[in-house]
Amino acid sequence: MIRPTRPPARRGAARLGAGILTLALVATGCGGGGETGAGSATGTVTSITALDYYTDTTEHAQWGASLAACGRTVGVTVEQTSVPGASLIPRVLQQASSRTLPDLLMLDNPDLQQIAQTGALTPLDRYGIDSSGFARGILSASTYDGKLYGLAPDVNTIALFYNKDMLARAGVAVPRTWAELKTAAARLTRPGRYGMAVDANATFEGTWQFLPFLWSNGGDEKALATPQAAQALQLWVDLVKSGSMSASVLNWTQSDVSDQFVAGRTAMMVNGPWRISDLNEAKGLHWGVAPIPVPQAGQTPVTPLGGEVWTVPQSASRARQEKAAKVLACLNDSTTMLALAREHFTVPSRSAVASRYAEQVPSMAAFVQSVEAARARTGELGVRWPQAATGIYTAIQSALTGEQTPEEALTHAQQIATSP
Amino acid sequence: MRSRSRPVPDLARARFRESLAQWLFIAPAALYLLLFFGYPIVKNVVMSFQQYTITTFYTGAAPFVGLRNYSTILSSDLFSRALLTTVLFTVGSIVGQFVLGLAIALFFQRSFPLGRVLRSLLLLPWLLPLVASGTTWRWMLDGDTGVVNAVLRDLHLLPSGVPWLTGTSPALLSVTLINIWVGIPFTTTILYGGLQDIPTHLYEAAKLDGAGPVTMFRHITWPLLRPVATVVLVLGAVYTVKVLDIILVVTGGGPADATETIATQSYTLSFQQFEFGRGAAMSNVLLVISIGFALVYLRVNRRAQNA
Repeated sequence: MIRPTRPPARRGAARLGAGILTLALVATGCGGGGETGAGSATGTVTSITALDYYTDTTEHAQWGASLAACGRTVGVTVEQTSVPGASLIPRVLQQASSRTLPDLLMLDNPDLQQIAQTGALTPLDRYGIDSSGFARGILSASTYDGKLYGLAPDVNTIALFYNKDMLARAGVAVPRTWAELKTAAARLTRPGRYGMAVDANATFEGTWQFLPFLWSNGGDEKALATPQAAQALQLWVDLVKSGSMSASVLNWTQSDVSDQFVAGRTAMMVNGPWRISDLNEAKGLHWGVAPIPVPQAGQTPVTPLGGEVWTVPQSASRARQEKAAKVLACLNDSTTMLALAREHFTVPSRSAVASRYAEQVPSMAAFVQSVEAARARTGELGVRWPQAATGIYTAIQSALTGEQTPEEALTHAQQIATSP
Repeated sequence: MRSRSRPVPDLARARFRESLAQWLFIAPAALYLLLFFGYPIVKNVVMSFQQYTITTFYTGAAPFVGLRNYSTILSSDLFSRALLTTVLFTVGSIVGQFVLGLAIALFFQRSFPLGRVLRSLLLLPWLLPLVASGTTWRWMLDGDTGVVNAVLRDLHLLPSGVPWLTGTSPALLSVTLINIWVGIPFTTTILYGGLQDIPTHLYEAAKLDGAGPVTMFRHITWPLLRPVATVVLVLGAVYTVKVLDIILVVTGGGPADATETIATQSYTLSFQQFEFGRGAAMSNVLLVISIGFALVYLRVNRRAQNA
């Protein structure tokens, strides 16, 4: 799965790299693992391994520090390995078949149920981990077959970013409803600049960006051929047709969208908080963030929940699993999650911690508010989510290119979602 | 007497040693082929008859499902579309790069200042990593900010520009054009080599007989170049049918599946949806197509050698 929540690397290159890697591994049927280290089942465990996709230098270091700190409280050193987002699942599959899974494994939340289904993960209830007070969405993403397999210290979602200067100059208020969004986008459009930008590309990222519009209008991934879903898709079609949004959204990744925003070629965009550090670095850019506009005034936006969950894979050593679970519990305690959220501009996943955080960091309030109501992508369909996600982005592409009407496109999407 | 009977076992031993030596010489190559070509192909064929998913990696269980993977992929409406796209993409690329490649090769046959330098510069698209050139093309063809549309607009040829990557038909045209650009160096190089092999005295004789350039091309260049041309066309087809990187980088199969080919479908099934069984089935379809071209190539080659 492409991780829609990540600041994605070059789409093609990353996909290609991951593919070639898996291909090589599948073909030779052996792994370069050896990462479980030496600890025997009986001896004392002094070090455990962890695998994540935080390859960005700063992020890698920040997570490394948190893992190390939690390791110290438990009495182990944590050897952290990071692989690029697109090659995490191939790497996990390879390690699963060679029984060299790490002691602590990070997964993008919509992938958890599929991996749990294989039997490669251990349920967290056997370690007595406290999962109370977590946001509903993250628990539903981490639960497979009634058991909790992972916990995320911090979560995120998407919201509407806007260029304060452009809105002020055009005399446009921050849009709160779909109607306001359409007029605002039209009034903000100038030669060389669009009013609005989203990621509508043919990957799970496109699906992820469309979900707030689908869900806030009462649409549902279980039944896509509905008027509610068609209205949401019609909104995107209208934005492109009226010229308020570039047709190039069909090809843009989330980072492309952000580049357009930073370059001043779009006045508003849908994006996530992981972009904030980049936006802060852009000189002369005054940006604001608001919840994604809803169909009617007064409604609460329902956005998809992003974020990575930590899991304890199956291994030969129970002692190592116990230690890993303790580190996992430490990562998810209130203090650590608050620190992590501050570092990464994300939202702590315990609701009580999140509301305290919103008071301390007002710029994150829009995200805290949205995360509260956020839904997990795999919450309803579980391991069948990838098919529905494929159907949704196919429908977006067909409708935006004018190949099909939103209704036709969504009927087709429903067929894809329910195909064997 | 004894001395006469001795040579018989000696001869047998010598023969045995000779054949052993032959086998030993073949062994490294055979082993290599078996390990790196035979095994993956056999594995891929076996996998295409299995329900091979994410779970298989952990449990090792991959139940055989007979022809189900094939019936699923062949009956999906995306397959016929992807097949048509593959044909259009391949035929378009081959025709384009052959015509342009031949024209360039003929052009470089004359000698002129800087001719050699220019000819080596022509290899550039071939030397660049495809992901890098694909990304550059993606920028250049961007509907709003791309240089291609900017030029069209500034020359007042097309005030609104062309939706190179966002329209369904233009997108297929774009990836085909980019693939032609990538393929021209290969075609030109091989055809140029073929042209060099044509004896110059034939042209001189034709000129004395009063033949013009068109007549010379029809009656001298083309008949003598034909074996080389066939090889270029068949190899080009094999390379083009399986093109994946350019499409993934430039359009990712979109918009609205307009640039999905059999190759990108196989990739999506295996590495995006993790349906390895179906992905294997799809890639076997591709393999059969490629083998078809390879057989044509072998036949043509044999005929060319016999001729």
